[in-house]
Amino acid sequence: MAVTEKAMHATNGHTSPPASKPADGYTIIGSRPVRPDGVDKVTGRAIYGADVRLQGLLYGKVLRSPHAHARILSIDTSKAEALPGVKAVVTGADLPTAADKVEDLGESAINLKYLSANILAHDKALYHGHAIAAVAAVDSHTAEEAIGFIEVKYEVLPPVMTVDDAMADNAPILLDGLRTDEMGEMGSKPTNLAKHFRHQQGDLAAGFAAAEVVVERTFRTETVHQGYIEPHTGTAQYNTDGQVTIWASTQGTFAVRNQTSEILRIPVSQIKVIPTEIGGGFGGKINVYLEPVAVLLSKKAGGKPVKLVMSRTEVLQATGPTSGSNIRIKIGADANGKITAAHAELYYEAGAFPGSPVGAAANVVLAPYAIDNLQVDGYDIVVNRPRSAAYRAPGGTNAAYATESVLNEIAEKLGIDQAHIRLINGAKQGDRRPDGVQHTEPIGLLETVQAIAESDHYNTPLTGKYQGRGIACGYWNNWGGKSSATAVLNADGTVSLNEASTDIGGSRASIAMQFAEAVGIGYEQVKPRVGDTDSVAYNDVTGGSRTTFSTGMAAHNMGVEMLSQMKERLADVWEVDAVEYADGEFSGGDNHISFQEAAALIYKTGEPLMVSSTVFPRSFGPGFSTQLADVEVDPETGKVTILRYTIAQDVGRAIHPSYVEGQMQGGVVQGIGWALNEEYIYNEKGQLLNGSLLDYRMPTALDLPMIETILVEVPYPGHPYGVRGVGEVNIVPPAGAIANAVANAIGSRMFELPMSPARVLEAMKE
Amino acid sequence: MAVVWIPALIRPLTDGKSQVEVTGENVREIVEALEALYPGVAARIVEDDRIRPGLSVAVDGAVGNKGLLEPVGPESEVHFVPAMTGG
Amino acid sequence: MAKKVMVQTVINNDDTTFVCETRQTLLEVLRDELGMTGTKEGCGNGNCGACNVMLDGVLVNSCLVLAVEAEGRTVTTIEGVAEAEGLHPIQQAFLEHAALQCGICTPGFIISSKALLEQNPNPSEHDVRLWLAGNLCRCTGYDKIVRAVLDVASAGQAKAGA
Ligand code: FES
Ligand code: FES
Repeated sequence: MAVTEKAMHATNGHTSPPASKPADGYTIIGSRPVRPDGVDKVTGRAIYGADVRLQGLLYGKVLRSPHAHARILSIDTSKAEALPGVKAVVTGADLPTAADKVEDLGESAINLKYLSANILAHDKALYHGHAIAAVAAVDSHTAEEAIGFIEVKYEVLPPVMTVDDAMADNAPILLDGLRTDEMGEMGSKPTNLAKHFRHQQGDLAAGFAAAEVVVERTFRTETVHQGYIEPHTGTAQYNTDGQVTIWASTQGTFAVRNQTSEILRIPVSQIKVIPTEIGGGFGGKINVYLEPVAVLLSKKAGGKPVKLVMSRTEVLQATGPTSGSNIRIKIGADANGKITAAHAELYYEAGAFPGSPVGAAANVVLAPYAIDNLQVDGYDIVVNRPRSAAYRAPGGTNAAYATESVLNEIAEKLGIDQAHIRLINGAKQGDRRPDGVQHTEPIGLLETVQAIAESDHYNTPLTGKYQGRGIACGYWNNWGGKSSATAVLNADGTVSLNEASTDIGGSRASIAMQFAEAVGIGYEQVKPRVGDTDSVAYNDVTGGSRTTFSTGMAAHNMGVEMLSQMKERLADVWEVDAVEYADGEFSGGDNHISFQEAAALIYKTGEPLMVSSTVFPRSFGPGFSTQLADVEVDPETGKVTILRYTIAQDVGRAIHPSYVEGQMQGGVVQGIGWALNEEYIYNEKGQLLNGSLLDYRMPTALDLPMIETILVEVPYPGHPYGVRGVGEVNIVPPAGAIANAVANAIGSRMFELPMSPARVLEAMKE
Repeated sequence: MAVVWIPALIRPLTDGKSQVEVTGENVREIVEALEALYPGVAARIVEDDRIRPGLSVAVDGAVGNKGLLEPVGPESEVHFVPAMTGG
Repeated sequence: MAKKVMVQTVINNDDTTFVCETRQTLLEVLRDELGMTGTKEGCGNGNCGACNVMLDGVLVNSCLVLAVEAEGRTVTTIEGVAEAEGLHPIQQAFLEHAALQCGICTPGFIISSKALLEQNPNPSEHDVRLWLAGNLCRCTGYDKIVRAVLDVASAGQAKAGA
């Protein structure tokens, strides 16, 4: 049974772009201008990582381990070095010895020894695709050929691929020095369990005793990849004076600088990182992979610049992914559906080195609900898979999938509507997160549930036998982080805005809009650019849904400061006590001039005007999203088709609604892929079998309907415009919403992601 | 006095107490006060004169950015929680 | 060094002659030899559509075409889509609909959409989704891309009907 075109929710013929008009009370915010970098991106002029062209450029290639787990006995590079056209070969032996200490490099804490060993393996290969050596040559074909001449002797060890493998008695140990950290208490024995922590509130036993229904389930989710379309690249030049220049496609130039500095032991002052445009990141372009290797190669090649570009297979084998997990959830509720107790155990696969997102997952897992009695245990476990990297609300999708599935089972048992049980239990201001921290400011979870309950979608009945409907909620903490920017007033009344937040999805526009709003000038008068690490002060990555929030706050601050300085300057020139500014006009005494005239006057009558702002907000508004999915299951093939999908998300304040909707739609579609198709498939030797985009199956346009968006605005009081991060929370609910819809469609529940056709068929048999 | 929420795995050191009231003007003083009452607690939270990497401190609902120097008010609520950043 | 051959083509209406190795793909020559980096590489084996160009008016994955196959043929890349008067309507629609986030897939989508509308000026939503199924976008969820293409089609229909 194929799903007909008509059954999928169609466009209703609305194809012209939505009207661009500002929100009530604003002149710019809420409108939908064309982004400043738009023309370059639709004409092919924009320069991305792989587009960097330099004189004398060498091309590099990385040799990768064919084994998931092996001791490296020897590496002989002499034949590769002898190949004509080869200019440099490097291995882990070329890396300086890294300190055995944990550092917070601005994004996440990691032991420097592990950071270094992930760039080029030290004594062990820890996953299929782990970098062993690299070559720079006159062209990419020669480099490719040369890595074939590098001889590596391995002692192959048994691979440890899953939580269960890693935690088994007598499991092979990946990292000799690893000991379990239990909130600062270190274990005494070698282990694959890097960390265990616990959140606990109230009285769990009493809570379960008071329950009318208790549901306990165990879930398994597979490793998935961020799937950005631009593979990783890194270009570097090591100058003979010791200065290093790196051209990077990264979520944070300063993160690249910090990591490269630590790995190569080069002071940050000697490293300049120049951002290129970036072809997607989703958290996966924070960790460095190639940049330090390119620096080493360039140094060995006498200072010639070296470019490294990964193939798609390398991207899948050796970068990203986010953790597979085993999750056990037990929830009890009274006869009215009120949750009385909840216990979650989260076992997350960190990959080859500690650092899975289980810390975040432990908050996400129960966060949408106010629960007095709860316990959450988080476990961070190393396995022979690539070092996990952040992926959009890291750890959240798997965790919410488990909770939302169990909550629907409880609702079914009690005969309560799935939206209603979320309204009964939803968290609001004053409630506490699973880790105990209180929501002291307004939050918008209940508003998003309400928006779904009232939507046309929820109130339109399903029509087919194998159709099903599911709701799920999600939480994401968001982040503030450090941002820096400068703004220069030009003589023609335009402003050059220099910032350092990588623009992945239109943030130059949303930042320029906030500046323009603060100053009361047109959006087109603000010229934003993303500068290199020498041009502004330190700036955290574009990640954690922080850029429009924090860098936008810096833009706002600069706008306020620029106006105040302009008033002072005009007061001096006009010899008046005070200058007023309203509706784009400065006035003082008998003088009235426009912003543009003021800029010209200031230029003629004194020093140029420039302002700057650095921010590090200590608090930020969390995001909540509630989502509704309709699916249809083909009983013959087990294929799940998404018929209709609606997202309601608390966005605080949408600066540029089109890009907010785009974040929501994009995150949900990644979540749909995670729920239905995407997974890493390894053979028994720990080798990745589906390292291509044909076999690692991400959603295409044909797999999807339009994705409907409802922007709920509960402004965050700590931001001048009420902004909350919007980039991440959208990916938290999809797997849960779809799991609930599939269960509704086939009448039995699945406990494993992805819900691929074969697994669905299996579940239908039960 | 400020109320400190004791992380679950450290409660064996605080006689099982999940919340402890202490005085201090900043997180450093709070940790010192805890240590005076319950020896061994400080080492679980602080390392090399900073909050242990991977841990962060929240005062009154806000995850502060000053670490041990984060100000604490007389009625404040203090939490030590696993650090979270995003993608 | 592998043997090199000379290839004569017309790229974006300009006579273009280049020298390449027989093992080089059209994508590689466009990007590395001719400096036309608007055409992107997302996978190198025909699965993502980021490298799409038109060869004699037919949509192809340039990563799957050998450069020598371009001999005597015409190639249209993203650099050749804009018109003298300004952006092509598809490019304009992508901007107005915010149909790109990171933009790495955009050149491929614009070329594919152009090929679609040239052969089917009035596609349904399903037609658009089917045609664009060979282009992966990881940022947008496709919604705004599909709307942009439908918008260009309906504007074209309006013009044709006028
Ligand atoms: S690069 Fe050609 S299809 Fe992906
Ligand atoms: S806009 Fe980023 S892949 Fe399409």
